[in-house]
Amino acid sequence: MPFFKRRRFVSIVGPKSRVPDGLWMKCPSCGQAVYRAEVEENLWVCPSCGHHHRITARTRIQYLVDPESFRETHTNVDTLDPLEFTVGEVSYLDKVKKAKDKTGITEAIITGFASVEDVPTVLAVMDFFFMGGSMGSVVGEKFCRAADDAIRERLPIVVFSTAGGARMQEGILGLMQMAKTSNAVRALNEAGIPYISVLTDPTTGGVCASFASLGDIMIAEPNAEIGFAGKRLIEGALKVKIPEGFQTAEYQYQNGFLDQIVKRSDMRAFLGRLLRYLAPNRPVEQPVQ
Amino acid sequence: MAENSNENSNRKPVSDFVLPFERKIVELEALRDKATSEEERATIGAELERERTNVVANLTPWQRMQLARHPNRPRMMDYVRRVLDDVIELHGDRLGGDDPAMITGIGRFRGRTVAVVGQQKGDTTDERIRRNFGMPHPEGYRKALRVFEMAERLHMPIVSFVDTPAADPSVESEAHGQAGAIARNLWAMLRLKTPIFVAILGEGGSGGALAIALGDWVAMFEYAIYVVCPPERCAEILWRDIDKKEMAASALKITAADLLSLGVIDRILPEPGGGAHRDPEQSAQVLTEELDRFLGDYCSKDNWDPAQRQQRFRRLGHWRETG
Repeated sequence: MPFFKRRRFVSIVGPKSRVPDGLWMKCPSCGQAVYRAEVEENLWVCPSCGHHHRITARTRIQYLVDPESFRETHTNVDTLDPLEFTVGEVSYLDKVKKAKDKTGITEAIITGFASVEDVPTVLAVMDFFFMGGSMGSVVGEKFCRAADDAIRERLPIVVFSTAGGARMQEGILGLMQMAKTSNAVRALNEAGIPYISVLTDPTTGGVCASFASLGDIMIAEPNAEIGFAGKRLIEGALKVKIPEGFQTAEYQYQNGFLDQIVKRSDMRAFLGRLLRYLAPNRPVEQPVQ
Repeated sequence: MAENSNENSNRKPVSDFVLPFERKIVELEALRDKATSEEERATIGAELERERTNVVANLTPWQRMQLARHPNRPRMMDYVRRVLDDVIELHGDRLGGDDPAMITGIGRFRGRTVAVVGQQKGDTTDERIRRNFGMPHPEGYRKALRVFEMAERLHMPIVSFVDTPAADPSVESEAHGQAGAIARNLWAMLRLKTPIFVAILGEGGSGGALAIALGDWVAMFEYAIYVVCPPERCAEILWRDIDKKEMAASALKITAADLLSLGVIDRILPEPGGGAHRDPEQSAQVLTEELDRFLGDYCSKDNWDPAQRQQRFRRLGHWRETG
């Protein structure tokens, strides 16, 4: 079968915008040396070329919501190791512990209530720095609980996705989270709750092929990588050269899969406007017979 | 339904491919066929039965993976022809494409009409290429979706046959929205107000399989596998070494017994000794009985309700609540 190309060495590329410490940093997109504080000041967008660096969920929430308005939920849902999965000497839970220590968050998604430009909403934000944003049982469960909150409180829900896909260390249960989260979207849809899905760099694999692609409104950040199969897999399996700009937000936009591409600096205002228009959420009254 | 519908159901294996642990079975089969007396045939036959049972008694997860991918393993259409009384194939996604990797149709089963959906890997080299080795494109998932929706409108139960290494990973499929097509099927299968029966025949490969596998009842053949990603990919990513694929196959818990204990499937369908390809008739009979039970018992319940399917997938996962 040509699907699996035998390759002895595989290099795993880390988060491409992992910023080294120091006063200056080199933009991975344009190669310009830029003053780090200036990039940070600019919401981690390169002042030279507009490249959107990956940011943590906490940072994103801080950029997005009205000051002091975020109330985090479901922090008590904690990871288990259903398969007793170990790579070498490192158990899955060791790896989770390391990710918790590194990121200061409990899993690859943060959920809560917030207001954006004075519109109350439920918010779920994924974090790529926590095990590549991979979706395991906790991400799936927290997503569903956030959706339940939105339905119960009659609030819209905004979800920022970033993920490499399903969490391999949970095996088939990782895969099943695609079904579980899609079911939550079905429940939102049936309840008439607006669901805004924002895709950020990167949103691929099982997350892209489930809840992230099911928004009533589909938004992406500029230049975000968005797709199902990884580029290396496509190149390796089919021995084809992939076209320039393949699987970028702009490419998905051109192909009709996104409503808008919104810059980070415009995101709060844009979402505020969108939420105001979607939030009333009352059916048009039927004329009395 | 397909172009081979006149094919003899007792056809010869499509390939002389033999796995290392199958060699003795094949030798014994040859000996039995050459046997000159009834007595000799019976003796060899008994030994063959023992060998078939022994071989499958101690399979590693990787060996099960090899059986699940066996070129002679019965395909979707091998079951469709044997399990259903008649079938009419339906083509096209109504959006501009028809994907040969995904077969859809209307079937008759014991006096009842059902909608049929499944991935077909193909037997001959030409058919395999034409069917893209059973890896559906977005057009295939959309074809399945429109047949699902028709089934709901016309009150037909859905029978879905899962056998795919993965969804097609190509530039074209990405351009046509593979991720969104899979997502939309997941969403729809949880919404549909008609019963859904799923049979995992061979390879349940990741999202490509899942997109037609959300059922009220999920049955899985004994030596089929169901994975979050192929063990080769998992080995590359986690061990950075594709030669660790056997280790990955064990770690990922891909066997029917694992999936039953994790609550992902409802029943293991027993296979004949040596695997389904040793006796496709018997495997088809097992599947026939299972489908009959589903359509007879499960669907006739007054309280049948898609909410049960929704709750089942809502519950899946392992986590704990702290303080």
